[in-house]
Amino acid sequence: MRVIGHIAVNVFRESVRDKVLYNLVIFAVLLIAVSLLLGQLTAGQDIKIIKDLGLAAISLFGLFIAVFIGIGLVSKEVERRSIYSLLSKPIRRQEFIAGKYLGLVLTLLVNVTVMTAAYYAVLGSMAWVAGGWFLPAWEAPAMDPALLKAIAMIFLQLMMVTALALLCSTFTSPILATALTFGLYIVGQFNADLKHFETIVASRPVALLARILYYVLPNLSRLDVKTQVVHALPVPAGYMLWSAAYALAYVAALLALATAIFMRRDFK
Amino acid sequence: MPAIVIDNLTKDFSVGFWRPRPYRALDRLSLSIEQGEVFGFLGPNGAGKTTTLKLLMQLQFPTSGRAEILGRPVGDVGVKRRIGYLPESPYFYDYLTAEELLNYFASLMGYSSADRRTRVPGLLDEVGIGGERRMQPRKFSKGMLQRVGIAQAILNDPEVVFFDEPMSGLDPLGRRAVRNLILKLRDRGCTVFFSSHVLSDAEALCSRVAILVGGSLVAAGALTDVRAFSARGWELVVANLAPEILDRHRARIQGVTLISERRYALELPLQPAPDALLRDLIAAGAHLISLNPMRETLEDYFVEMVKQHPGRRKDDVARPA
Repeated sequence: MRVIGHIAVNVFRESVRDKVLYNLVIFAVLLIAVSLLLGQLTAGQDIKIIKDLGLAAISLFGLFIAVFIGIGLVSKEVERRSIYSLLSKPIRRQEFIAGKYLGLVLTLLVNVTVMTAAYYAVLGSMAWVAGGWFLPAWEAPAMDPALLKAIAMIFLQLMMVTALALLCSTFTSPILATALTFGLYIVGQFNADLKHFETIVASRPVALLARILYYVLPNLSRLDVKTQVVHALPVPAGYMLWSAAYALAYVAALLALATAIFMRRDFK
Repeated sequence: MPAIVIDNLTKDFSVGFWRPRPYRALDRLSLSIEQGEVFGFLGPNGAGKTTTLKLLMQLQFPTSGRAEILGRPVGDVGVKRRIGYLPESPYFYDYLTAEELLNYFASLMGYSSADRRTRVPGLLDEVGIGGERRMQPRKFSKGMLQRVGIAQAILNDPEVVFFDEPMSGLDPLGRRAVRNLILKLRDRGCTVFFSSHVLSDAEALCSRVAILVGGSLVAAGALTDVRAFSARGWELVVANLAPEILDRHRARIQGVTLISERRYALELPLQPAPDALLRDLIAAGAHLISLNPMRETLEDYFVEMVKQHPGRRKDDVARPA
């Protein structure tokens, strides 16, 4: 665990020094600019739009970090040959993978936490300008704690995407790995449609293939509760827990696969 | 117990995209290196030296054969604590300074922060970049990078250290510093296994050498036992040598080169030893400038070996195992 911790902290330090956290400034500026612009719209609509936009921005900014840094976690070390010195130290390859993954998750955690704070600050300031924390025209309070549920689910999504990026980078080139990860992210948004594919196709083999793909491909739409929380619809705790369990199990499987591939890899 | 045992180590790569064919980079290499030795692993580019080192570091996995370091299989984490490795043309993280890099590696090796505070600056001073410890490697010259690489390789006072082309990119002062460092490591009891294609490095440092050509071991043993290093004659440089004296001894001399007036480079056979001739020339008034054994150059040796191993060059595909 000690070795994994040192590798993870180093990944975080790399992100900070590579100015990855600058995205937080862009996020804050974007959110404040849009909120000022929306101040002109009908009361009640602007807060909802900001809620939607903020959650989408947290998700999108996190996605770019997860994919682009996630791909580089392994491929940069291999391309630049810094992995030669690193793996000659008393570390196991599985510790390398785990440390790299946890380092990026730590980076994402800091990012998402700061973005969440900025998000709530903007929502709070909008409510203050509007003259109340929960106006009758709104479906939910401006600084609704339920938004945290959506953010937690976004974070779980990002954990899955990071694991996907890491896995792809263990066996293919950075460009292909990036394309593959984005592809899987998009497929993951529509994966739920595969579950009931047999109702719209007659062919049994195709239906069976669709069912297999449903279980194998990431189901990211399960972790998307943005619409529910913005419209103050309930998100049961049981659903949250099962979704979290699914995401963590999927991450564990992806990391196990990435490790298995990486353990056999020759560095030429 | 030998420090390193390599037993029939073989590595095949697959070359070609549509019709992959095996390319044998290393062919049944067997070696045993004793503890405390400075062992030179020599060969031209593409001979399989780096492949061997990568196999020993388990950066690559062998097609067949096995290797042990300090009595344990390669890749054993316990062994990695006791060894060091300098890769060829090392590269490090751009975002870490030299000091931070060594601190990071030292933390991976389990050193406490108190240990690191004393060990890291001392080591950077030892390799001659103490003044640049807060610079990032991207601002370093190739020679400075090499020194950082050497520092990280000896960070843990290793019992066995592997250097892949340690002199690469170094100026004469740097080369001398690395030579002295290797000798210092030997004096501490450290086994040094280093690869090079420069004969003079091996001559200055090694107790034994192995020569690899086209993935195959073509010679191994003490310096004097290896043909590439055995003298084939003597080169005697003398001044104030009268031409008539030279003519008198022509039968004992294989070749004569006039350097300047009354100054000659004489090529003598290995046997008889040049002592008697030297005495006679000095008695006739000549001054001794130098007497050196003439050796076949490593380059000549490599060229000859490559000729003897047709079809084993880097761009050729070896026979399947």
